[in-house]
Amino acid sequence: MTTITDPPKESFRLSMLIYDTRYRSMTIQVVALLGFMAVFAWLIGNTAQNLSDLGKEPSFTYLNDSAGYDINQRLIDYTSRDSHWRAAGVGLLNTLLIAFLGCITATIIGVFVGILRLSNNWIVSKIMTVYVETFRNVPVLLWIVFTMAIMIETLPQPNDFRGDNATASMILNDTVAITNRGIYMPEPLFSRSLGDVSVFGFLNISLNLVLIAAVLIAGIVASKKIKERANRIQEATGIRPTTWYLRLGAVLLPVTIVLVALGFHLGYPALKGFNFQGGTHLRNSLLALWIALSLYTAAFIAEIVRSGIMSVSKGQSEAAEALGMSSRRTMSLVILPQAMRVIIPPMISNYLNLTKNSSLAIAVGYMDITATLGGITMNQTGRELESILLLMLIYLTISLSISAVMNWYNNSVKLVER
Amino acid sequence: MNKSVFFGALTVASLAAGVAAASTLDDVKARGKLNCGVTTGVPGFGAPDANGEWAGFDVAVCRAVAAAVLGDGTAVEFIPTTGKTRFTALASGEIDMLARNTTWTFSRDVDLKFDFAGVNYYDGQGFMIPTALGVSSAKELDGATVCIQTGTTTELNLADYFRANNLSYEPVPIETNAEGQQQYLAGACDVYTTDASALAATRATFEAPSEHIVLPEIISKEPLGPLVRHGDNEWADIVRWSLNALIAAEELGVTSANIEEMEASTTNPEIARLLGKEGNLGEMLGLEAGWAKAAIMAGGNYGEIFEQTIGQSTPIGIARGLNAQWTNGGLLYSPPFR
Repeated sequence: MTTITDPPKESFRLSMLIYDTRYRSMTIQVVALLGFMAVFAWLIGNTAQNLSDLGKEPSFTYLNDSAGYDINQRLIDYTSRDSHWRAAGVGLLNTLLIAFLGCITATIIGVFVGILRLSNNWIVSKIMTVYVETFRNVPVLLWIVFTMAIMIETLPQPNDFRGDNATASMILNDTVAITNRGIYMPEPLFSRSLGDVSVFGFLNISLNLVLIAAVLIAGIVASKKIKERANRIQEATGIRPTTWYLRLGAVLLPVTIVLVALGFHLGYPALKGFNFQGGTHLRNSLLALWIALSLYTAAFIAEIVRSGIMSVSKGQSEAAEALGMSSRRTMSLVILPQAMRVIIPPMISNYLNLTKNSSLAIAVGYMDITATLGGITMNQTGRELESILLLMLIYLTISLSISAVMNWYNNSVKLVER
Repeated sequence: MNKSVFFGALTVASLAAGVAAASTLDDVKARGKLNCGVTTGVPGFGAPDANGEWAGFDVAVCRAVAAAVLGDGTAVEFIPTTGKTRFTALASGEIDMLARNTTWTFSRDVDLKFDFAGVNYYDGQGFMIPTALGVSSAKELDGATVCIQTGTTTELNLADYFRANNLSYEPVPIETNAEGQQQYLAGACDVYTTDASALAATRATFEAPSEHIVLPEIISKEPLGPLVRHGDNEWADIVRWSLNALIAAEELGVTSANIEEMEASTTNPEIARLLGKEGNLGEMLGLEAGWAKAAIMAGGNYGEIFEQTIGQSTPIGIARGLNAQWTNGGLLYSPPFR
């Protein structure tokens, strides 16, 4: 007679951790993790030990000391008596500024070049190929230095604008001066100011700007409402009312009124003493960095756009043409929206690259965060480890923020699947 | 350039134990070469000549130390550093000593943990400006654009000076002397400021030096000298006394030309001690008896080096001024060899 017995109870022996394939991979992973953590702990311990042997215990208090150096381009108030923190803040804003400007122009140039590279016009497409290949294959540092060298060596000095036999003159009705120290342009000024409001005791934001921005946004919202109303009327009656003057007025009129009320006028640059004084000064370091980073990154973006467009099946454009759409409308309404989901993810990494490449700014003397915190502050205080750690943390934060925003945008344009 | 800072920082972090533990003298002897940090190029002070050999006033200090330690003034590996990378290079052990127009300041000595071995050049910060601008005093520089090497004491002095005199200026940060020279000559800045000696050296290389003037104001004290890492006192002593040997040799009238004769016939006990004939100064330093003789033979005594590299007979043409021996009314004063 047979009896049904329970299957033998699994007994666990330690050797199974190595010999039993069910457990082996877990064992290896745990051991590897422990090893990794041990190496990391050793590195940190060793660093702390060595630094304290050198008499340089890690500490961030040096950042509260007075920086002692001047920074030429500052978006917030700063003097040499301010702390290293504030100097780092000035540098950070300069980094963000160049990243912002660079990403926008690189995208515009990149999209144009990418589309033109697919042009049926042989010359246009070949010229774009040459542009893309030259910029992609030469290091960006060389482009930055090269742009700067051209600006310094070929443009006139402020001195050349002086005297009766000046060799250079201002353009656009004597309002803009292009020199080898940068471009001096008229600046917006207000004769009546609403004053500043201080945010976190760090940033001073002009209430004038806040008011203008608010009015502008309200105008745009109103313009949208007018458009929606026109759509409703069109759906109901089939006749679309002419609204362009209403929409234009809704945006422009309130802003104009506010500007006049605030006493808006332009401040022109004028040659005084050694330099042009007054007006807005776009420094050549900013321009060189901006131009070089934009052109360089645009070459990569152009390739991304091209691959995105080529990923959309030919049937789509043929169908659009069959409907009688012009090739421009086909591109903007049919092809590009579909190409976007291929374009966006690699675009994110190019924005990140541009932001990180902006740390080459010191090559042309642009005072970004690498030049202030990671350059002068680090050098004057001798706090290499702390400064570099802080710098890495800041770049990490900037990169992750850009990535988060772009991922959110990617989610909003990607193909909706059911 | 940023990379080397970063790697330097990393090396400080991870390898400093080895540096702190082993003695620099043993390292140099074992290597058979002295790693000496110099500038990336200031004519007269430290720059490669037409044959690619490093030559200059600061370079001579490296050669003297190498001769004292290894008996050979050419056993030097010259490592060019910028104002920004120099301290990291020294702290990380990439170089054994730094001889590079570096100002002895409190915070570098105390807070950055370096030891200055002495002063080989007493300098001060000046301004250079094209004669055509018609400026005769630094007080007239309101609103000027100033080229300045970043990460230097001159950068801090400049900020203080303009602030104290209530003048405005636009700083143009640059990395190296060569870059500053290019921007200055192209007119991207009105004024170039750095140590007066370096200004004179830079001006000497211009096509038309007479079109540029160095303004009379000297706005700071810049005692320049070689430095080493904190904590290796034996090594600091070697560098300090090698420099002192050059200064003392001039004072005692020992030159590279008459040194053999002096050694054979001197009756001055200090010269005898210096050249290793009497006493055991070399042994105290852990070096050969003829260490100072080798150092002097490498490039001559302090006065000879000065005349050959930056003195009146060279294009740079700097007068001895403060850098004369104390016996001639200058500041050079070596402690006694006894």
